[in-house]
Parts: sequence; structure tokens; C-alpha cells
Amino acid sequence: MAEVRLDRITVQYGKKTAIEDFSLHVRDGECLTLLGPSPCGKTTVLRAIAGLTKLCSGEVTIGSRVVASRDRKIFIPPEKRNVGVVFQDYAVWPHMTVEANVLYPLKKRNVPRKEAKEQVNDVLRQVRMADYAARLPFQLSGGQQQRVALARALVASQDVVILDEPLTNLDANLREEMRFEIKRLQNETGITVIYVTHDQDIALVISDRIAVMDKTGSIRQLGAPEELCGNPADSFVYRFLGLSNFIPVEIVDGEMWVRDIAGAGGGADTEPTSFPYPVPAGMHNRQFYAACRPMDIAMSRDGADGGAATCGTCGTCWTHGTCGTHGTHGPGETRESLRGRVARVIYLGNIYEYRVRVGGIEIRVQQDSHEAFKGSTFCEGDVCALSIKDIRYYEDVEEVS
Amino acid sequence: MRAGQSLRGSELRRMEGSRFNTGQLLLVISTIILVITVVLPVAMIVYNVFFYNWSFDWSLFASMLTDPDNLAAMWNTVKISFFVTTLGTVVGLFFAWLIGRSDIPLKGLMKSLFVIPYMFPPFIGAMAWGLLLAPRAGYINKMFMALTGGRTPLFNINTLAGIVFVELCYYFPFVFIQVSGALERMDPTLEESARIAGANQLTVIRRITMPLVVPAIAAGAMLILISSLSHFGVPAILGFSNGIFTLPTKIYELIYRASGSFEGIRQGASLSILLVAVVVLALALQRRVLRTGRYDIIRGKSMRPMLIKLRGWKAPLLAVCFVFLIVTVILPLFTIFGVGFLKAYGVPMKLANMTLNNFKYVLFESRMARDAIRNSFFLSITSAVITMLVGTMIAYVIVKIQPRGKGVLEVLGILPYSIPGIVLAVGVILTWSGAFYLNLYNTIWIILIAYIARYMAFSMKSASASLEQVHDSLEEASRTCGASHFESLLDVTLPLIRPGMVAGFFLIFLPAMRELTTSLLLYGPFTRTMGVAIYSINEEGYTVQACALAGVAIIIIVIGELILRFVTRERRGQ
Repeated sequence: MAEVRLDRITVQYGKKTAIEDFSLHVRDGECLTLLGPSPCGKTTVLRAIAGLTKLCSGEVTIGSRVVASRDRKIFIPPEKRNVGVVFQDYAVWPHMTVEANVLYPLKKRNVPRKEAKEQVNDVLRQVRMADYAARLPFQLSGGQQQRVALARALVASQDVVILDEPLTNLDANLREEMRFEIKRLQNETGITVIYVTHDQDIALVISDRIAVMDKTGSIRQLGAPEELCGNPADSFVYRFLGLSNFIPVEIVDGEMWVRDIAGAGGGADTEPTSFPYPVPAGMHNRQFYAACRPMDIAMSRDGADGGAATCGTCGTCWTHGTCGTHGTHGPGETRESLRGRVARVIYLGNIYEYRVRVGGIEIRVQQDSHEAFKGSTFCEGDVCALSIKDIRYYEDVEEVS
Repeated sequence: MRAGQSLRGSELRRMEGSRFNTGQLLLVISTIILVITVVLPVAMIVYNVFFYNWSFDWSLFASMLTDPDNLAAMWNTVKISFFVTTLGTVVGLFFAWLIGRSDIPLKGLMKSLFVIPYMFPPFIGAMAWGLLLAPRAGYINKMFMALTGGRTPLFNINTLAGIVFVELCYYFPFVFIQVSGALERMDPTLEESARIAGANQLTVIRRITMPLVVPAIAAGAMLILISSLSHFGVPAILGFSNGIFTLPTKIYELIYRASGSFEGIRQGASLSILLVAVVVLALALQRRVLRTGRYDIIRGKSMRPMLIKLRGWKAPLLAVCFVFLIVTVILPLFTIFGVGFLKAYGVPMKLANMTLNNFKYVLFESRMARDAIRNSFFLSITSAVITMLVGTMIAYVIVKIQPRGKGVLEVLGILPYSIPGIVLAVGVILTWSGAFYLNLYNTIWIILIAYIARYMAFSMKSASASLEQVHDSLEEASRTCGASHFESLLDVTLPLIRPGMVAGFFLIFLPAMRELTTSLLLYGPFTRTMGVAIYSINEEGYTVQACALAGVAIIIIVIGELILRFVTRERRGQ
């Protein structure tokens, strides 16, 4: 058990800078995930901690020990850092049995043979591979190999274990099973886990905290999963944590309108479309983006759907909550809703996904299939009204990859 | 505080220590070895040709270049290798396609038979063909003249055409092996989709199959080109008697005639530069003609390709295959062993004329032959072990450590590949006969050094291939498990590449056993190799004994080849 501190580290491969001035503090015993698109330097961070890459500047501390520092001319080689690593391709040695693989770190540490055997049996039981101890790696499935790699890393270090996208090569079922397994093992052993992935689903399940990294390798937001989902720092984090719509809007005469993006192919629907929600405070520009999740949009055939609430003051506004645009309509007057036309219907099993054309843009809407069947599903070409539950506004939208 | 300081102190020392870590140590050693074995001989050739008594002197090179004899030799070299490369490529391609893509029967058998000429030492083949088709004494020519009653032979092997024919027989497998491999690994759906798209069989071959195997053809053709340009044995055995010289044989003749005098060696060195220039030029030219594309569609996986039905052509084409095999493999083999059993050369091949005496002589009686066999074993095993270990080390540095100067290392390692054996021998003579206070001339060590330089490229190539199969993370994993760099190397990397290293050993051992060119310039009274012994016994006119020794050499090579196959098959099974 140990904390890991990265203090303003920079790593270059030849002339290419992988990460620059990167700082991170991993607390003792927590599971921290580095989440970001590939390539964003996540693996480089991991390699810097494990000692597989040299620093150009900065300092890495594990526990109370400085393991790498350019300025102080310290570089502790990987074998002396006491960091277990599970590699993306597992790196299970193909010429050794499962048992020999897991035994190897103990052998290198000169643990007495009997004690080492016991430890190996324990950890193999923990990862549920005890029955396969005598097998060679080529006789194992991908998931089993991964568990061997995990066992080996756990044996190699009681302090810190780093996992580099270990689940990407597994099929969906196994991936699900393994992410709980990793979480369970971490809870049992109390080891510090640094997990590297580009898959936000896994990150949300196993992490105590998540650090979202962007392409340049800097951290955009660091926090607990709930914090990230509940309050994403910027559009990048918002976009990375799930499916998202970014609707370009602009303020004209104190009201929001869906902005037509040049070349988006608005076609017939190029008439100005109103975006009937309260104008947010604190935006610098007249033009910005409204972000929402496909699951947070309700669809209805007409404007008077249950998703539309009444204005607190006048009782006729479309949106939930209070009416920010009160005054633009008289009492009793029905305001126009966000209207669109269904362009495509995609059935995803448990989910119905609609691509709804609004103005010149397309909005992704997802409905629970169960819910969708209760009403009637939409067909391509149907006109519909959208009501959005949770809108966030961002000045700009960044590409994730 | 104090504890912290002392900790820092020890870490600092560790950092200092890591300045000469395993990786850098290996890099330094590799560079030194390559410089000594490869760079030095080449540099010595250039120096000795252009400098005389420490001053620049262009005259020797100029006079050698304008000598009509040398120009004729150069022209012969170019002609021979042009025809050998072109015809060899066509022949190799034809048989590779026939076996890889048609429904011709007996494929497995033919595949292994077609590789046999590749193992056959070309100079022994040349000896056999000389015995069969020498204008007056050749068995076939004699038979032909007896049949026709005339005095004109069927074919004179002691001509340029004869040399081309014999080299062709033993070099076409380069293209055959490369193209067969590419055809095997090519995704057959590529061809099938062309058929579905409406292309007929011929169009598929022309537009899909051919372009996809072009890189393989180019690689094979390049091997033929380099080998035939620098080839010594065949033109030496078939050309000398008729005054036909190529650059390699001319170099040998110049040095041999001067009986080791420095002037002769300098002349040989001048021609060596010319030969290297021709090789480099030919390679550049060929690269332009066969500009190779890289196709990812050739995968490692072997799949079942669509086979073309030969129908009525099946029998004639099968006959062509067998005639070809009989001519290139069976006939020369039969000749060598047949003559090896004869009481004297020239007597008819009848059971009554057969004897075991020649084999008894070369194996038990002749001191020279016994020495040669022992020397060849010593040289081949020693050079194979050293080269395999050093080549693996250098390949490790290039593939895994990837230091800044790895490009230099790569070039240095591959350099001997394009330097003809005879040139290397000249360089080794210039370097190791006293130029650096060390005279190894007439000892077995000078041959060993030449072999090591010559086969380094082989071993580097095979070691690189097996190291590339070992993913970096395997070694990194053992580092994070507490093993030092050296320990990871020992516990993880070496066991994983061991089968590749064993194969690499035989890939050097086998050519070294049949080596002739380099040893012929370097041997001393007691350091003949098998190749040299066969060659000189034959030159002295003891044909039957030469054939017996050649037969022994072939048996050794075949056994080695079988072991190699066994080893590589085991690896595939893993």
C-alpha cells in the first residue's frame, strides 16, 4: 500500500512529446482510473510510474521513495520499484506454466520456496485460477490469461498495481465479470490500483476517482465518478463520459434558436427553429452549444406530451422548472416546442434510437424499448416534439479523438 | 534527514551504475565486433587499392580497370548473372505457381524435391555436369557421339551457356521458396473476389496474384542476382579450362598466380572494388525495375487456396516437373556417387568397375581429406556458434534496445551480405596477415574470422525474425516482477528464442560446411576445408577421389538439413 505522486513529469520519445508537465496524486489504497482517448499518454504515465520509460523532467514518488527524478539524477529500475503491472496483452510468459508465471516474482525476491508456493496458491485461488496451475498459457482463454497476469502483478507488489487496458481484448460478458473481479480484489487487498482505459463504462464501475485526460495528455477533470457525471468540467469531459448531443444555439432577441451549421445539409428544414429553453446566464458569446444525453430527451407526437411541464408563473411554457422567457408569450398561449422530424430509426435491442432532424442538425434520442412500446414507436418521416430534461451549456465543443 | 540523504546517495550510485547498463554494454560490444569483422576488411581493401606508401595512388585501379582481360571478365559476370537471374526467376515462379495454385498431384513430394538443389553445393553440381557434358570426356557427350558416330558433342558445358545452365539449376530455388511462401500466406479470398467480380482465370493471375507476389519475386530475384554476381565455384570449375573468367574467378587467379605476393593481392583488391561496384549497381538497377510495394494482405495464416484445374495439361506438366527434377537433382547426384565408386575415371559405369576404395581413401587413408573434414566441422560448428550468439546479441540490440545508432549497426550487419565471399577473403587477408601486429595467415583462425563476417548477416536476420515474435511487454513484465535486465534476458527472452537460435545455427553450419570461395583464398597447408579439398583434388585430376569426398560432403549436408527441418517443425508445433 502506497501513494503515488507524479510531480510535473515530462516524457519524450525522440522528438515527440508524449506527456508534458503532468502531475497526479494517487492516494494510498484507492483505485484511480486514467481515462482518455487513445493516444493521450495514459500508457506513458503508467510506464513512467513502473520505470519502463525515463523522464525528461519531473519526479515520481512511490510511498516515501523518490523513484525517478531527472534533476536529482535518480532512476530506480523497474525491478526495484515494487510496482505490479498488468499489460494490455497480458504478457504471460508462454514458456512457463501458470504456476511458474506467478511464482516468478517471488523467486526474484528470494522468498523461501514453501512460503512462495502458499502465496501463489492463495492468489491463484483469489483470481479463480487454482485449477489451472499446471497449464501452459496457450491452453488458456484470453480471460484466463488476463487473470494469470493479474495474479502475477498482485504477487509482484503489495503496494501498487497498474493495469493497462487489460479488458479491451475480452468479449463483453467476460469484460463485465472481470471488472467486478478487479474491484473485489482491490477491496480485499487494499492495494493501490492505477487503471488505464479509454472505456468509460469500466472506469465508472471500478474507480474511486477518475482522471479524464485529453489528447495532449493533460488532465481535464479529476474526481469521483458521481462528481464527473454530475458536474462535468467542460464539453470534453461531458462528451467522453457518454453519448451526447451538442446542439448549436444562438441568442437572437433574447431568445435561443437552433443555429444552422453550414454544410450540415439542412435541406428543407432550414427555417429558423426556436430552442425553447431559458437562456443560461454567464455565456460570453452569442453563439454556444446546448449539450444533452440521448436518454434525457423525451419524444412525443404533439406538443402537449407529459414531458412538458407548465411555467411556474404563466402555466403555459414548455420546459420543466421555471419559465425564463416569460413575457414572450401571453397567458394561455401555447408556445412552440422543439420540433423535429424523425430521420432514422435504429433498434438496439433494449433501446430505440432515433435520429431526429431539428433545423439543420441531427439529434440522437434514445428511448427505453419497454417505454417506447408502451406508447407507439416513431417511424422515419414522423414529426415529433422533443423535451430535454437536463441541459448543459458549453461555449465550445471539442473533438474527443 | 540523514537517512534520506544516504538513500539518495545509494540511488545516485545506482544511477551512475546504470550508465553502463546491460543494454549499453551490449551495444558497445556489438559495434566493436562488427567493426573488427566487417568494417576493417572493407576499409583495408579500399586503403590498399588507393594508397601506396601512405599516399594516394589512383594508377593501380586505373590500370586494372582498363585491362581488356578484366573488362572481359566483368562483362562475363554481368552476362551470366543477367541470364541466371532472369531465367531463374521465370523457372522458380513457374514451379511455385504450379505447386501452389494448380491441382498437380504429388505436391508434398515435389515441394521437398524442389528445395534440394538449394542444399546442393553448386560447385559439386558443376563437377557433376563437367563429368557428364565435358566436350570430349563427358559421359553424355560420349554416349551421344557413339550413337551418332560423329565427333561433335551434344553440348559443351565449358561455355558461358554451360555456366548459366548449372548456376540456374542451383539458384532458381531462391525465387521458388520465396514465391511459394507468399502464395501460401496469401488470402485466397482476394483471388476469389476477383473471380466473383467477373475476371477470368488468366486475368486473376495477371492482375491479382502476380502483383501480390511481386515483393516475393523481387526478394528472390535479388538473392539470385547477388549470389550469381559473386559466385565463384561454377565458373571456376567449368570456365578455367576454357579461359572463361568472371570477376570472382579473375580475382582468385590474380592472387593465385602472384602466389600470395602483395602486388597480386593489391590487384585482386582493385578488382574486388570493381565487383562490389557491379553488385551495388545491379542491386540499385533491380530495385528500380522491380519496385516493390508492401502489401499487408499477405498474412501469416495459411489458408486453402482455390486451385486451378489443369485437366489435359496435368500429365505433360507433371512430366516437365519430373524431367526437371531428374536433370537438376538426380542426374548430378547419381554422377557424383557413381563416379565416386568407380575404380578410375573414364571406365564405363558397370558394377564390375565399382569399388569402395575411394571412400575408404578419403575417409581413412588420405591425411589431407581427413584434415579437411575435421577442419570443416571445426570451422562450421565454431563459426555457427559464435555467429549465432553474436548475431542474436546484435539483433537484440537492434530490435529490442533500439539505441540511437541502431541504423549503423543494421547496415554494418547486412553489409557482408552484399559483399562477395571472394572480396571478403581479400579484405581478411589484408587485415589479418600482419597489418595490425597479428599474422593469422595460414592458420585456421583467419578462415574462422572470414566465416564469422560472412555469415553474420544470416544469423542477424534469423535472430531478428525470432526476436520480433517476442513482444516487448514480455520482458517488461519480468522487469516489473523484480528481474534485472540481464535476468529477464536469461529467464524470458532466451528461452523463447531458443528454437530460432538452433535453426539459426544450422542455417550457418550448412553453408559453412560447403563453403569454397573464401576458404580457397585463405587456406594454408594444414587448413584445407572440405570444399577446398574437393576442389583441389579435382583440379589435380584425381576425379574419382574428389567425387567420393563430394559424396561424403553431400551426405553430411543432407543429415544437417534433416536435423534443421526437424528442429523447425518442432517449433511450428509449439
